[in-house]
Amino acid sequence: MTQSTTGKGRRTFLHELVLGAMALASAGPVALLASRSRAEDASAKKPNGKEYAFVVDVSKCIGCGYCVEACAIENNIPKESVRTWVERYISTSDGVHVEAIDRPGKMLEPPPAGLMAKARWAAFVPKLCNHCENAPCVQVCPVGATFTASGGFVLVDPKHCIGCGYCIQACPYGVRFFNKETRVADKCTWCYHRVAKGLEPACVTVCPTQARQFGDRNDLSGPVGKIYQSDNWQTLKPEMHSHSRVLYLGLPREVV
Amino acid sequence: MLPQGALNNYYFPNNLHVDWSLMIVLYPYITGLVAGAFVVSALYHVFKVKEFETFARFALVASFCFGLFAAVPLLFHLGQPFRAFNIFFTPHTTSAMSIFGYVYSSYMVLVMLELWLVYRKFFIEKANSTRGLQQLIWKVLTLGVTQTSPGALRWDHGLISLFAGIGIPWAFVLHGYVGFIFGSVKANAWWASPLMPLIFLMSAIVSGIAMLMLMYSFIRWRSGKPYDLAAMRRLMDYLWGLFILDVAFESLEVVYMFYEHGHHWAVVGPLLTGKLLGTYAIGQMAIFSGVPLLLLGYVVLFDVPDRRFIKIANFAAFCIVIQVLLMRFNVVIGGQMISKSDRGYVDFHFEWLAREGIIPALMILAAPFVTYWIVSRFLPIFKDDAISSSAAGSQ
Repeated sequence: MTQSTTGKGRRTFLHELVLGAMALASAGPVALLASRSRAEDASAKKPNGKEYAFVVDVSKCIGCGYCVEACAIENNIPKESVRTWVERYISTSDGVHVEAIDRPGKMLEPPPAGLMAKARWAAFVPKLCNHCENAPCVQVCPVGATFTASGGFVLVDPKHCIGCGYCIQACPYGVRFFNKETRVADKCTWCYHRVAKGLEPACVTVCPTQARQFGDRNDLSGPVGKIYQSDNWQTLKPEMHSHSRVLYLGLPREVV
Repeated sequence: MLPQGALNNYYFPNNLHVDWSLMIVLYPYITGLVAGAFVVSALYHVFKVKEFETFARFALVASFCFGLFAAVPLLFHLGQPFRAFNIFFTPHTTSAMSIFGYVYSSYMVLVMLELWLVYRKFFIEKANSTRGLQQLIWKVLTLGVTQTSPGALRWDHGLISLFAGIGIPWAFVLHGYVGFIFGSVKANAWWASPLMPLIFLMSAIVSGIAMLMLMYSFIRWRSGKPYDLAAMRRLMDYLWGLFILDVAFESLEVVYMFYEHGHHWAVVGPLLTGKLLGTYAIGQMAIFSGVPLLLLGYVVLFDVPDRRFIKIANFAAFCIVIQVLLMRFNVVIGGQMISKSDRGYVDFHFEWLAREGIIPALMILAAPFVTYWIVSRFLPIFKDDAISSSAAGSQ
């Protein structure tokens, strides 16, 4: 009787031991997955059901630079950096000439006559954070300070960022910078603070030609939704597989 | 020459500054010395390379001293150094960088455990032979373990071998991992290569061995004590072989990119023949790889007289520590010279006194050597050290 009880006890003990070991073994991966999917969870939650996208129509941009100025004022950007800029491409038979409106108030000089004589095409291309669905910056942030918020915004928590700069290195588009005033990583937020109040991003508001548009890509009654559905848009550096949410219309092949 | 048919040097506005500066050059350099020095110690404890008995404790103490300062450059670099512990508290595990804190600190614990076991007996002897504050300090260092029976010492020996055994893959993880942090950045054509962890690992080992050779030769020369030439010659055998592998991997990366002739070479080619011509093509590869390869080949393959061997081997070791420093510079700074625009390159400007300037970098680089000097005042590192006792550790 005693032996039987002992045997049963041992079996129970072994059984519990195995279960315990399995629980312990699975705790690591579960914890890993939990922290891994924190950023993805945030993007999965869509309280208002909106999934935002930003449309840049290259053919409409006139290179006035109002967007660059509006962004700097709205977001109080330090002088040496920009969250958005506008590139001017002039493609010639000899090669590609690129300059940028990369400071608030900066105006580009007219291109030299010799260059224009050889020009095959010219275009203004606004640049900003692509708020990638598969964002390299979110992946590499060692502390989770960069994350994807609901609606698709890729944001930086300035109170948690340690300022290591890994996200700046990982961004294929060069849109991130180290803010020397706050001493953390900084970038375009699509004016999240304005969108949360039902407003549009500052650069969209001031664009005189509607070269920049912002909205819910799933709203088929809106311009952004229609463009998204048309599937006739391009993204920058598609080979990076970061799934940009900034959709370009009429993007020339030479633009990177 | 500019890439992608560019007529002018165009870089993205936020790429104007090189964000990862000298401190990030120094960080993998010191980490490499840690891993390299540890490997020499482990070659004796685990792989029973008998000649390295001379170096076993020395390499372990040196590894510990470098390890103490491996993360200091990172603290200097961080925009928010007071938040550094976030990497422990909220590690974002999709990031290659997130577990650095755990890898590094566990490695340091391992080195300290091994060091404690090696010096345990010495600590006990000192605790028994001193009085007052000194005694208290030695007693604390014994951690309350006072057994020195033959059985206990056998246990020590077994544990030292065990920790050295665990330490080898862990040292490889520590430094291969540093290479992975760079190699996994797809946005940077000069970094994105699966060879990067291997290159970092090999260069770590050779820099550690070369630095040990220089330190050992200097210490023996200063103290006027005899050199263990058999050990030094064996060390140079290893250094030559491993440096051949290191240079082979470094060359393979570039040769592969060149032959592939794809996107990577379009931006890396003009960089290596342009802004990095001096530090990469001429410095890292031609002079500081070519010269030590030839010199070490000479001292390993030929029967070189002792005095000449010491001079040539040390010169070669010096070239290798410079080669590895240049390699760290060329990877870290060189990679950031390529703008993400793929149509331009930016300059890197050295600073002197800034937080990531040359003076702070030199001070951090000097710190492990100063620490070693202080430690060597109190611990017997070589068998013939003046402070050595009859039972100076159990090796």
